[in-house]
Amino acid sequence: MRAHHDMGGEPAGSVELTEHDYSLWEKRTDALLMLLSDQKRQLLRVDQLRRAIEQLGPDAYDRMSYYERWIASITQNMLERGVFTAEELGRKMAAVEAGLASERKAGS
Amino acid sequence: MSHTHDHGDHDHEHDHGHAHPVRIDHDDRPLGYYQIMATAVFELLIEKGVTTADEVRAAIEAMDGRTPEQGARVVARAWTDPAFKARLLADGSAACRELGIDMGVTRLVVVENTTEAHNLVVCTLCSCYPRAVLGRPPDWYKSRAYRSRAVREPRAVLAEFGTRLPNDMTVRVHDSTADMRYLVLPRRPASTEGWSAERLAALVTRDSMIGVAVAKPA
Repeated sequence: MRAHHDMGGEPAGSVELTEHDYSLWEKRTDALLMLLSDQKRQLLRVDQLRRAIEQLGPDAYDRMSYYERWIASITQNMLERGVFTAEELGRKMAAVEAGLASERKAGS
Repeated sequence: MSHTHDHGDHDHEHDHGHAHPVRIDHDDRPLGYYQIMATAVFELLIEKGVTTADEVRAAIEAMDGRTPEQGARVVARAWTDPAFKARLLADGSAACRELGIDMGVTRLVVVENTTEAHNLVVCTLCSCYPRAVLGRPPDWYKSRAYRSRAVREPRAVLAEFGTRLPNDMTVRVHDSTADMRYLVLPRRPASTEGWSAERLAALVTRDSMIGVAVAKPA
């Protein structure tokens, strides 16, 4: 059976000629891949990025935006390599979210 | 983005126990789950000494500096310098390097449009794109509709971009890979004899180098 990402030749709707200016988090995600895969670091190859994206499952693959898939894959690869742990990630995400909440509170 | 962004009905369950609705990628919205993840990973990689904020900033600026104008410079040079064109068609990466465009280890294959054949570039499996020459890809290039249909009904896809080719013209579709990227060398527009490369470059659009359009008329 064909994998979900292997869509060449499948029926699909008309091409929506959409474009958007990438936001900072998207550009940062893009930059992280470049840096993690460079000669100095060699922590992630493009095929490894793709492997984790293709393992997201059809539902998530379609629902997530492009750079959402990228950051999910980069994170998965870094966890697998032990660059940081799931606990560290969970703590950091909670801190980022709390920081945003207090910024919003201060701003309102 | 071209993917469906009506995420209102979906809550993503994650292992730390609470759900976050995913929101669209607009700066004026509260951050969604993956945007929070992106910030967290960015900060963790700096804390672990894997990278620095300056390196990330420099990488973003370098990528922002890669725009279709670079590709237009390559095309205009090929239109005005037959020896360069021959080198470009023989080895795209090496010819781009002559103009200061570094493809890294990626192989760039340049395909030439002629009166008999038109070329179109896609990446059916993901979103491989000649980023070093054209910058980040447009959303539609990464969309399911474009990736699925470009290889089966290229003429219908081209028509959606407003590009209609003669029926007797061959259409060649090139499916990119991570290691091999394609760039279309569009046909030089009529009535541009004697134009400088700089003037010609203004006629070369991003879409003409992907092959969904032709170069602008003179």
